[in-house]
Amino acid sequence: MKTHVLFNLFATFLLADGLNIEDSAGQFFSSGHTNNWAVLVCTSRFWFNYRHVANTLSVYRSVKRLGIPDSHIVLMLADDMACNHRNPKPATVFSHKNMELNVYGDDVEVDYRGYEVTVENFLRVLTGRLPPSTPRSKRLLSDDRSNILIYLTGHGGNGFLKFQDSEEISNVELADAFEQMWQKRRYNELLFIIDTCQGASMYERFYSPNLMALASSQVGEDSLSHQPDLAIGVHLMDRYTFYLLEFLEDIHPASKANMNDLFKVCPKSQCVSTPGHRTDLFLRDPGSVLITDFFGSVRKVEITTEAIDLTDPIKEVEERPANGDVHKEMHSYVDQLPVSEIIHQNGKLCATSTNKMSLCCFHGDVSECEMQLPRGLGVEGPP
Amino acid sequence: MFLSERRRGQLAALSIAAVVIIVGVPLWWRTTETYRAWLPVSQIKELAKLQLQLSADVEVVFARGTVTPEQQKKVPLTQTQEEERAIDGDLIILFLILLIRNTKLESKFFSCHVLFLPEDTALSESPCGSLVVYVIPESSSLLPEDVNVYIGQRRTALLRIGPQMRVGKTLEQLLAHLEPRIKQVLQVMSFSHNDITAALSDRVRFSPDNKESIADSMRAFKSSPGYEITFSLLNPDPKSHRLHWDIEGAVQTYIQPLLTKLSPVANFSIDSQTLYYTMLGVNPRFDTSRSAYTLNADSLAHVINPVEARLGSNAASSNPVLNFLLYVPDAQHSPLYIQGRKKQEVPSNAFHSPRWGGIMVYNVNGFYGSEPEFPVDINIDMAKVMGVFLAQLRLLLGVQSSTPPPGFLVARCGSTGLADWELDRLMWSRSVENVATATTTITSLAQLLDQIGNIVINDNIAQQVSSAVTSLQLAVAELEAGNLGFALQYSKEAILASEKAFFDPSLLHLLYFPDDQKFAIYIPLFLPMCVPILLSLLKIVSEARQRLEC
Repeated sequence: MKTHVLFNLFATFLLADGLNIEDSAGQFFSSGHTNNWAVLVCTSRFWFNYRHVANTLSVYRSVKRLGIPDSHIVLMLADDMACNHRNPKPATVFSHKNMELNVYGDDVEVDYRGYEVTVENFLRVLTGRLPPSTPRSKRLLSDDRSNILIYLTGHGGNGFLKFQDSEEISNVELADAFEQMWQKRRYNELLFIIDTCQGASMYERFYSPNLMALASSQVGEDSLSHQPDLAIGVHLMDRYTFYLLEFLEDIHPASKANMNDLFKVCPKSQCVSTPGHRTDLFLRDPGSVLITDFFGSVRKVEITTEAIDLTDPIKEVEERPANGDVHKEMHSYVDQLPVSEIIHQNGKLCATSTNKMSLCCFHGDVSECEMQLPRGLGVEGPP
Repeated sequence: MFLSERRRGQLAALSIAAVVIIVGVPLWWRTTETYRAWLPVSQIKELAKLQLQLSADVEVVFARGTVTPEQQKKVPLTQTQEEERAIDGDLIILFLILLIRNTKLESKFFSCHVLFLPEDTALSESPCGSLVVYVIPESSSLLPEDVNVYIGQRRTALLRIGPQMRVGKTLEQLLAHLEPRIKQVLQVMSFSHNDITAALSDRVRFSPDNKESIADSMRAFKSSPGYEITFSLLNPDPKSHRLHWDIEGAVQTYIQPLLTKLSPVANFSIDSQTLYYTMLGVNPRFDTSRSAYTLNADSLAHVINPVEARLGSNAASSNPVLNFLLYVPDAQHSPLYIQGRKKQEVPSNAFHSPRWGGIMVYNVNGFYGSEPEFPVDINIDMAKVMGVFLAQLRLLLGVQSSTPPPGFLVARCGSTGLADWELDRLMWSRSVENVATATTTITSLAQLLDQIGNIVINDNIAQQVSSAVTSLQLAVAELEAGNLGFALQYSKEAILASEKAFFDPSLLHLLYFPDDQKFAIYIPLFLPMCVPILLSLLKIVSEARQRLEC
């Protein structure tokens, strides 16, 4: 393991032609990463887009299996398929027909769900410009040594990706967001995978260094779905992600498969569309990049050779001195509402509806109600 | 006066055109532009050149026997040494300035032949960032034979004159002999070229042959205003072991002094937890030669991930988290030892992961007694555990313990775990790192706002940027003056302000409109209005030309 990490550390960079990457990345040296993050986004809602949720969940499952913890995964699902009313098998999301593989699993942690999955939130997660009240699990807390995997799926077109059937993100916005991430050194290397129609258009406009992109189809082509399940009634997965999942199932944390194998996933014969990839912005040779660099989380470890000699005994933790002046108030519960008395008063049963607590008996006797109710409750007399 | 029909029509067209052009176009321009407050771009560009000047005060005290009294009178009071290093071409130029001040010799501290450093006296209360070097004669027996320099716990060092400087040499030769050696001491105790380059790792390309520095820079956490430290006790076998650890007392006694000493650098918050039924995730192998279970160094990398999923974290802040795990192996797999790469023994039985934390394996099979009745009550020896965690904490925070040059003897750090000069080293590199990071942040923010035209810049962002620029300028000035404490404080303020400005939630660019969409919006609005105006204007012009021709 350590040899591989060292190899990644001292790999020479091969520069491709084209953009001014060397200048921009010239001040950034290619070295290893110390942690991994994943941002997995499903952008479509409604039951017939079941396959997009299944796509995202299968990548989530692989990424978790290979070691990235939930605290380092930002999972955004635009709709809830597992608990959808139309799901004949609730709490499951299947990826293979005949219900072979349940990708929902036991411990799914969805960070952005339902209507929270918007273009604005997605860009905020990427750039880090979240309001201060956002909890840690909804943030992308990456640093300059993080390798990030970004997976997007949904319905897309030439240069845009549709979010929630009402808004779109364009490829220019995405490229700008990555540039902002680069300026703040929020990633070491970034792998961008998109499974939509005309997906290759989304990575056309990237211009920041250390980005590698894969798409399921070229401009002008549609990404097709894989197979329907007759019991569930919808298509379960998209082709590209289906074969990607099959490929990833063979990867284990110590695997040595590299990116060139990933580029071969789902050739045209299986996918019908032509998957594409873009590596010119990436400084390292894709053949030297391991799959587990992005999909898994392999840590570099060092043996601790030194220890400090501590000889002082443990001080007793001092008790706080009791302050005699402070008057300790005795607290007790306020008298609770004597509901049972009210309900069963004088042997007469009052009807209590489920929605509001009608404490008054419907005898039309106001004085009775006023007697029973405690003060200050503010409930009016009989309706 | 009657205006003819045609004349009225011309006047009408002209006046509408006038209104559209004079009133309408500026109104449309003003209402569709984004509000962008003014940023001090020129000052930012000035800061981006990042010319840092670090000055360290070194006080040199000559002991009896090193200089004659006549020479003593002639020693210059202040001597400045400048060293200019360019990092990465013309981007950054560093000046390292040493101010050597001479003070009167104090003889009473060197009369004893016992190795003690005059550190506990008021003489050695040097302010943060400065050093005191005592020059002792070659024949002195304060230091062992092969040791020429002794570095104490506080900011003092003992320097032994070389044998070629016996009495009889001139003052200039003595000073010339001392200068490079004092510089060497300074490089160990304060800052060196490698340290500063490592602190600037954001902006600077590393030379690939400096492997150790790359590993060092990857291991330590980046500078952050606060850190969270979590101590976890992992008990996979509660049926056999009932573990007791006095974590509160141990933290108070062993860890808190270090963190208090580091308080100018960052804030720390500590919590602890106990996890049951958490296995390591890697199967240890039984080694018959040691009759114990062993974990190979190669499999250690896979230990962390399954455990990390269960650790949890403090969800309140976005500070980096350091995890320290104490793993007590279950009864079936006791004792468990960690093996190094070459199958050697690891006395501390612990390992750490860069930018994450450390794990220590604590074997308890020695506590079983003669007839163990499970579950066995075990009190964990916190001094031993905290000794290892403290060492790991030092590494992860960037207190480098690189091997000193030959002939140097470094005093063991005291019970706080951190010597004063190590704290100074950390403060130097953190100040430089903070200044560099804040400068990069502000520069890139200014560049981004320039590039992406439709981001709104509010007043509060402009104010944050201005305050960041002011703090940066102050920090650079304090570094120049040698006031390390103030420099660090200003640099921290600069970082906070610049991060707040960069990550302000309002800086989201408006939706990007491609040009064809812009046309599609404006044409249905403006075209029907403009066509009659344009046509009538054209008619006016053609008629005027006709009249001129006639």
